[in-house]
Amino acid sequence: MNAKSAGKSVRLDLATLRADLDAIAQWIEPGERVLDLGCGDGSLLRRLMDEKQVIGYGIEKDPACVLACLKSGVNVIQVNLERGLAGFEDGAFDHVIMSLSLQMIQNTVGLLKELLRVGHEAVISFPNFGYYTHRQAILKGRMPVSESLPYQWFDTPNVRFFTIADFEALCAEQGIVIHEIIALDNGVRVHEDINFLADTAICRLGRA
Amino acid sequence: MNDVISGSVGQVRPQTFQCSEPLPLKSGAVLPGFSLVYETYGKLNADASNAVLVCHALSGNHHVAGYYDAANREETTGWWDNLVGPGKPLDTNKFFVVGVNNLGGCYGSSGPNTVNPKTSRLYGADFPVVTVEDWVDAQALLANHLGVQCWAAVLGGSLGGMQATQWTLSFPERLRHAIVIASAPKLTAQNIAFNEVARQAILTDPDFHGGHYYEQGVVPARGLKLARMLGHITYLSDDQMAEKFGRSLKDGALKYSYDTDFQIESYLRYQGEKFSGYFDANTYLLTTKALDYFDPAAQAGGSLDAALAQAKADFLVVAFTTDWRFSPERSREIMTALVHNGRRVSYAEIDSVHGHDSFLLDDAQYHAVLRTYFDEVVL
Repeated sequence: MNAKSAGKSVRLDLATLRADLDAIAQWIEPGERVLDLGCGDGSLLRRLMDEKQVIGYGIEKDPACVLACLKSGVNVIQVNLERGLAGFEDGAFDHVIMSLSLQMIQNTVGLLKELLRVGHEAVISFPNFGYYTHRQAILKGRMPVSESLPYQWFDTPNVRFFTIADFEALCAEQGIVIHEIIALDNGVRVHEDINFLADTAICRLGRA
Repeated sequence: MNDVISGSVGQVRPQTFQCSEPLPLKSGAVLPGFSLVYETYGKLNADASNAVLVCHALSGNHHVAGYYDAANREETTGWWDNLVGPGKPLDTNKFFVVGVNNLGGCYGSSGPNTVNPKTSRLYGADFPVVTVEDWVDAQALLANHLGVQCWAAVLGGSLGGMQATQWTLSFPERLRHAIVIASAPKLTAQNIAFNEVARQAILTDPDFHGGHYYEQGVVPARGLKLARMLGHITYLSDDQMAEKFGRSLKDGALKYSYDTDFQIESYLRYQGEKFSGYFDANTYLLTTKALDYFDPAAQAGGSLDAALAQAKADFLVVAFTTDWRFSPERSREIMTALVHNGRRVSYAEIDSVHGHDSFLLDDAQYHAVLRTYFDEVVL
């Protein structure tokens, strides 16, 4: 399910991925309890465990990723996110992270609420469908395929297609506070007109 | 001679640990002394840091791996031989593995079919009711005897998983990893109900004689057979039974009688018959009670989170998608309680069609999970 999946094509370019993980990591304080949804091979958690001594857990449904996590000593929990986070108590985690997988989940609102139920804050990154090259592709009559959206329309794992502006509108409607947004273009920070110029957004979210 | 290549620990022999110290039991009864039959595979290393205890489930025993008789190898192979051996997921080149028959068992450890030193007669129904906690206490005395202060891991499936969990509560400092497979933090009402029907089948067998059937020269085979038939249904998944047996007929045509029409009937009768030929009815009764009584949360105000707060081990919890006797939901309760305590825990939910029995089979992903986990255990 995850572009970071072990043994699966890592078609997302590494600069974006690294910049995404760098941005996420800077918001995590040492010793925090962290839940990483769609943790792939566990590389982010491994890094947070090594650099910030977090108590981390990854959720991942892909069997190969589960093995990859176990191999790198990352706590992995094999459940399907579509079922939500039933069983985890409110506020069990300081941060719940979801790196580049929100667009692959059907139950968007339900999951966002779950993230902010079990976590004090959530850190979410997603590809921006409003990125200018994507708009150009649509204007030319084709669905966008880029480094941040590396899939053809017929084999994409993505099921939700949204822009940074769409996400901001949804958060406002759902009473979710966006504390900070880091916007990236090919791994480089973008400060202006982010819905047009950024291919990826990383948001720090909280409850209203 | 090809044992290393084939991954078998080879020919093995059981050993006996005699303990003359009295063992106080949870029920309040005291066993004046006891013996445990056990087997070991691999070598204990110099600092005794590579020992792994395998706990058995309802009908299991100490004979985990290897075989007793080379001429009769298939029939005398241990019950978890696909997991334990050189080069296998629980690799005996790395680990010193111990299998033990629990108290109350019927394979040579002190139990209903052994002699009560007070009366010089077989215990029968007089053998005290033992619990998972009592088993773990006895296993800890065996660990002392073997020179194992701290297990690298304790693992088990089903009731065996309950023992692994109990180890982390009774002796939090004496194991580093607990591997809890197809298990539960306690039985549900439905699960206790199945056990009760099984017990009633045995208790109402005219050959039961209040548990003192040995003296009568009989065994309550009909009751034990029924108990096993019922159990067997719950160990398989509906889909698997449909696939394996469907409605296929044993002799090609309906008989319009109470003889066996369907293959599934024949299969269950055969399994029940076979089981009642070697297992002891008193042990079956006692073991189902141990299952029913297990409930660590009950002693912590009903909170599994609070109960597991004592645990210090790292956990691997494994469940199987089609296991309805010990469903994945029950395993997830253990996992979430450990997460709430900030313990190290991984949880694997294995796609399998084989129901509860899956934990004994060698599904590729299941064994890969165990192999990877054991590979990462630092000695």
